[in-house]
Amino acid sequence: MTRRDNPDKLVVLKGIRKYYPVKEGGLIGEKSAVKAVDGVDLDIHRGETLGLVGESGCGKSTLGRVILRLEPPTQGEIYFDGEDVLAMSSNQMHGLRRRMQIIFQDPYSSLNPRQTVGGIIGEGLLIHKVGTKSERTERVRHIMEVVGLRPEYINRYPHEFSGGQRQRIGVGRALALQPELIICDEPVSALDVSIQAQVINLLMDLQEEFHLTYLFVSHDLSVVRHISDRVAVMYLGRLVELADKRELYDNPLHPYTRALLEAAPVPNANVVKNRKGLTGDMPSPLSPPPGCHFHTRCPHVMDRCREKVPAFQEHKPRHWVRCFLYSDKTA
Amino acid sequence: MTEPLLEVKGLKTYFFTDRGIACAVDDVSFSIEPGRTLAIVGESGCGKSVTSLSVMRLIPTPPGRITAGEILFNGTDLLKVSEKRMRSIRGNQISMIFQEPMTSLNPVFRVREQISEVLKLHQKMGKAEALDKAVDLLRQVGIPSPESRVHDYPHQMSGGMRQRVMIAMALACDPRLIIADEPTTALDVTIQAQILELMDNLRDNTGAAILLITHDLGVVAETAEHVVVMYAGRVVEEAEVKDLFNDPLHPYTRGLMRSIPGTSAETDRSRLEAIPGVVPSLLNLPRGCKFNERCRHAFDRCLEAEPGLLAPKTGHLVRCWLFEDKEGE
Repeated sequence: MTRRDNPDKLVVLKGIRKYYPVKEGGLIGEKSAVKAVDGVDLDIHRGETLGLVGESGCGKSTLGRVILRLEPPTQGEIYFDGEDVLAMSSNQMHGLRRRMQIIFQDPYSSLNPRQTVGGIIGEGLLIHKVGTKSERTERVRHIMEVVGLRPEYINRYPHEFSGGQRQRIGVGRALALQPELIICDEPVSALDVSIQAQVINLLMDLQEEFHLTYLFVSHDLSVVRHISDRVAVMYLGRLVELADKRELYDNPLHPYTRALLEAAPVPNANVVKNRKGLTGDMPSPLSPPPGCHFHTRCPHVMDRCREKVPAFQEHKPRHWVRCFLYSDKTA
Repeated sequence: MTEPLLEVKGLKTYFFTDRGIACAVDDVSFSIEPGRTLAIVGESGCGKSVTSLSVMRLIPTPPGRITAGEILFNGTDLLKVSEKRMRSIRGNQISMIFQEPMTSLNPVFRVREQISEVLKLHQKMGKAEALDKAVDLLRQVGIPSPESRVHDYPHQMSGGMRQRVMIAMALACDPRLIIADEPTTALDVTIQAQILELMDNLRDNTGAAILLITHDLGVVAETAEHVVVMYAGRVVEEAEVKDLFNDPLHPYTRGLMRSIPGTSAETDRSRLEAIPGVVPSLLNLPRGCKFNERCRHAFDRCLEAEPGLLAPKTGHLVRCWLFEDKEGE
């Protein structure tokens, strides 16, 4: 288990913050910020699938985009394979983009309707001037075969495909430049269950074949459970728990993780669920509550949760949690 | 057994398009008793929403038309009543909760105006009385400080709140039947749990029946008593919820259940059992059983003739040739 004890870190994130400034109250209103990501430290190990779960507005998609430098972080450091991503010149960044790609959620709006499948999948090859024209076409046809599309459809347009097939186009586009890291941003959320299973299988096969590393961003706990090696849980811009998949699902520590797991409906008619769950909504990221962000909905809330932010602590080996129930340390 | 509140018999809703006739709902029958929840489950395009719109007589005509069938509500065939009479039933005795709380509320009216509208129309309430009732309804659906929230516009509320407002509107006239079309699909899991709990409580307190339209088998298992599975416009399986989940019969239902991650004992990155292929186009359905192209049990007969609904067990119907010999065993 040497790899596990001393994993090869492909991505290292240190204190990532991403604030979006907003003006409140019209023209002369006071300036404030949406703290979409508020201090995230996280490593992604080479060859693993790291699941990132949370509800809408928790900052999980923003974090994915920040890693790719599609959005510059407000603060923090990003290292990809040991190199400082934020210090790179645009030339260096151009080279790095080949090594990291993204698959988007909505296969309807993320593909250009006026571009053919060949154009979509081959665009990266063209931008990075890979091979000759005929070599590129050959490569696109090969990719199409790999992701389960018939190569003779190379000149068709996205509207001629079903949702599942479109997502295969999105996967092919991400795969064309042989990246090492793929950020999967809710890649199966828009698909029907029977099609969802096909795409999950495809992603797992590709990972094995091409030794890919995935950051799998999703709100669906059962999909994340199926595909991930480790799982991180996010709430209002902060990580609240991180552990190996099995440990997290068998032994969740943070009250929010527990509530999420309890709330997810189980397709089994014999399970009688006590659906007490959480009360209230997630607070607005514009004005998150002080102290632990979860204290407004937490059944175990204590006085200090309202004032101080708990530190993200390794409670057990490889099991991190941010909660005063397990440690007195503050962040 | 109590008299059914709603009985749909042999419903056919077709859409007549330039490219041909789409049989969105083809010979669908089911019934609901008061105080019960019936779920219609299926993937996009299976006809579950068209079925619910047909019950409300809200099918856009043209291109759509209900070509055959009966929809008996308390014994009256809704397909035979006048539009005027239908308007007095809609939102009154039968009400509907839509999927998108973001788009199904009117953004330029305050919540109080939207809830009062049904009360003024159907119950001839005055302004003050309707406002009181609106506050009362918001309290019932668990909105904190309803006296002030009733004056909010929809954009001032969160998604979960808006869905509560939708439910409050649906409840306003004490309906006997509530049709909920994917009521929690747009919501986060912790909010979804709250809304499902709320709907359960309301049904138990008011005795109304719920027709739940959903694609989520987890939601079905937790809230419904009786389930209809649809595929390509047809009912392919129908059973009590326990029978369906413990012993799914139709290859499509089985495939659906197996393709949900985390349902098999082995959740550790094993391959999921996906159903191969895609749902056929309604304009170009295969001959015979509509599932034959994706079914691993398909044999000659499935390609030629479409099976009827067979009853291999009491109260458990399935549209599949595999069960022909087992009927009534």
